[in-house]
Amino acid sequence: MLRAAVEAGADAVYCGFQNATNARNFAGLNFTPKELQDGVAYAHTRGTKVLLALNSFASEGRFELWKHAAECGADCGVDAFIVADIGVASHLANQLPQQRLHLSVQAAASNPEAINFYCREFGIARAVLPRLLTITEIRNLKNEVDCEIETFVFGNHGLMVEGRCSLTNYAVGVSTNMDGACSPASHVRYERDATGGMTANLGDHVIDCFAPCDQAGYPTICKGRYRTPVREEPYYAFEEPVSINLMDMLPELIGAGVDAFKIEGRQRSRTYAGQVVGAFRKAIDAILAGQSPNPIDLIGLTEGHKQTQGAFLTKKWR
Amino acid sequence: MSITPLAKLTLGPILFHWDAAAKCDFYARIADECPIDTVYIGEVVCSKRTPFFERHLPEVIERLERGGKTVVLSTLAEVVLPRERKMTTELCAQSDYLVEVNNGAGLGPIAGRPHRIGPTLNVYNVQSMVHLASRGADHFTLPAEIPGNVAALIGAAARPIGVGIEVQVFGRAPLALSARCFHARAHGRSKDDCRFVCEADPDGLQLSTLSGGPFLAINGIQTLSWGYVNLGAELDAMCAAGICYFRLMPHRTDMVTVAKIFFDRLAGLSSPDEAGACLSALGLGPFENGFWHGRAGHLYHTEPEH
Repeated sequence: MLRAAVEAGADAVYCGFQNATNARNFAGLNFTPKELQDGVAYAHTRGTKVLLALNSFASEGRFELWKHAAECGADCGVDAFIVADIGVASHLANQLPQQRLHLSVQAAASNPEAINFYCREFGIARAVLPRLLTITEIRNLKNEVDCEIETFVFGNHGLMVEGRCSLTNYAVGVSTNMDGACSPASHVRYERDATGGMTANLGDHVIDCFAPCDQAGYPTICKGRYRTPVREEPYYAFEEPVSINLMDMLPELIGAGVDAFKIEGRQRSRTYAGQVVGAFRKAIDAILAGQSPNPIDLIGLTEGHKQTQGAFLTKKWR
Repeated sequence: MSITPLAKLTLGPILFHWDAAAKCDFYARIADECPIDTVYIGEVVCSKRTPFFERHLPEVIERLERGGKTVVLSTLAEVVLPRERKMTTELCAQSDYLVEVNNGAGLGPIAGRPHRIGPTLNVYNVQSMVHLASRGADHFTLPAEIPGNVAALIGAAARPIGVGIEVQVFGRAPLALSARCFHARAHGRSKDDCRFVCEADPDGLQLSTLSGGPFLAINGIQTLSWGYVNLGAELDAMCAAGICYFRLMPHRTDMVTVAKIFFDRLAGLSSPDEAGACLSALGLGPFENGFWHGRAGHLYHTEPEH
């Protein structure tokens, strides 16, 4: 995965260890310390940076895990750490003061005052913005913050303020904040009903139903279908299953002063990572060279083959 | 007969959009009749709701203080728009009232003065608490999903440095926030054009799964649990662990009676079962305590403590 992203032209790749210390703690993903060391060595020969995600929240009693991960990352020579927890940020700023720190979207810093708090307290060099701001808000924010900013451009369309969502823990007892997993596969169950349709369940809860001819989607609570007394039919109460794709907004995002674009890839295949990174690399290079980028169709790589510009385009999304 | 000297009941902010008259009546009863020590007030969820109650605030605060309550002003949990930033920074820059900070936007202006940290600021460990305490925070309400064993470790570290630890023991659990208004969406509207439809649901709008069971409650940009957190059975263990502040979240029920039920429980005048039966008699439930026991939040765990 790291190699696929590096080969496709990523400037930096976020990685995590195989435990609760990062917000993508899924079986089959992530690195052992040895793998990370090899990955950093490989990436560095290609001029690509490796950033270590320590962006979950360290529940008391387990803080050593985050400390150990920080030490391991520093030993491996990673180029920056991405953090959300005030305690973890404080630990890194004190113990590894020469390390570069990025503020994770999990810190939910969606205004200049919050971002500048983290900059002042911990020397944050870059903040990843929540996927809930319009491009106008991003442009204004950039003028008021003391650090670089990074936005998501492709992948999951997170509906909830990240780092402030306990829906998975409410449903199945695994905490996105503390355990680093949203809708873990271990609790996902598909069931075929009498009519040949499929229900997608998370724990004991039905999150969506699909007709026999439809492909069943992955059950995420904020992309589920529910009933409510004010509507006759079940509906997507939060958002439909859809991916974010800001390919067409890249010139405006660059104009707004965004310093880095983030593509979600850690829960995806090598092919996916390679294709998406390659497409965005090409488009960004074209824009920076003063050309208009050729449109590249990524719809085949989106959730439910549906894409959106989400909150970025207009406040009407809200 | 008195409750453990250190144990205090608090009343969290009203999360829902109640009209101003309902809020004024509610706080009048709380001021006059309720065994509650501290009352948190102010709009936490949606900045669009604030103009309705703002002009009543001074009067309500005065009334509560006359009733012997400590009043704490709670800030918005989600801060994006210029007016939300202004509200938050102004509230955190004044020094007439105690403030509970619920968004990082408030931490800068309030630094160096005593303040409280709300449940959305994600204090999950001692290091976070100590860092914020070094800047003036002296009271922390832990996130709704905090497990008891984690809270106990934080509680043990809080006592020696003179910091108060608070946990929600009653009411729907706040689970998520967004920039999108789900109340408006349910009615086919956007947030800017919501026409305050959330006012029709004073305890939130029910969402049921397709198999039929009630699952969640929507409150504007916020999502809450359908069931009610009830940690009546866990209070003794919490006191022993150094957690002394117990937060009741306002609902459109008889909150004075709810407070008395928890007061009696703390005073040892009732058993957990009796307290549960009294809450059920108010039409409340189902009850949940899963988060506290490190299990799925919607569950009610009845195994004895070991």
